[in-house]
Amino acid sequence: MVRLTRAIEFSTSLRCARPDLSAAENERLYGPDARQHGHNYRLEVTLRGDPDARTGMVIDLKEVQEILDREIMERFDHRDLNRDTPYFEKQAPTHEHFARVIERILLAALPAGSLDRIRLQPEADTWVEIVLPAAGGGGA
Amino acid sequence: MISLTRCYRFPAAHVLAIPTASDAENLRLYGKCANPGGHGHDYGVEITVAGPLDLRTGRVIDPARLDAIFEERVAGRLSHRMLNELPLFADRDLVPTAENIARVVFEELAGPVAASGLARLRRVRVLETRRNSFVYGEME
Repeated sequence: MVRLTRAIEFSTSLRCARPDLSAAENERLYGPDARQHGHNYRLEVTLRGDPDARTGMVIDLKEVQEILDREIMERFDHRDLNRDTPYFEKQAPTHEHFARVIERILLAALPAGSLDRIRLQPEADTWVEIVLPAAGGGGA
Repeated sequence: MISLTRCYRFPAAHVLAIPTASDAENLRLYGKCANPGGHGHDYGVEITVAGPLDLRTGRVIDPARLDAIFEERVAGRLSHRMLNELPLFADRDLVPTAENIARVVFEELAGPVAASGLARLRRVRVLETRRNSFVYGEME
């Protein structure tokens, strides 16, 4: 089994605030993140599999890039997570929730069983990682 | 599994030498790192915590809380110090190698992180120089 990682970067604005809470309560929970701000996100997507016997590739990187462009860049780059996407009407776009949203989108778009992990890095010193369990259980 | 990693720095001095060993023996074991006058590094530390998302905040852990724990338990005690002289190392006969620094940092943080909620400390990575880094805890 081989892992391969492709990275993309996009710029997005957001506000960590739950619509069901008051402004004061959101400020208390999320501090300055409750106000409108933005990040240059770096997203590393790691895929796993056995290299194809003929091509020697786990997956065609061009195909991966097309999926990332269509599913991630077009949805999130230069947009506002709260206003322009449907994912944060009931939950705040914390790094963790945003990573879960990306995980679900990529699981649906990539070949079954190929997603190994994602790392979403909103700031140089902070990142969130989701590691998917190995096929057939076990877990990483 | 979802994890959050956050990076910190602290500069400190150390000597790699076993107190009960001769200078010649320490020189043989540790080379120039055994220089009795000591030397220093600007240590980078990556702290990874994992756990279920807090249903209220959508976070693994409050990053401000993690910052406070790191400041209280690690940076406040190790930053700008000669590590060999600290009880954390001296009282346990631990040579302050980066391996032992990673272990001590892990042991100091694990309890307070667990006490702060559902998150658990998974991994501490100490970056001693641009070429050397050390991991204590789970690798994946």
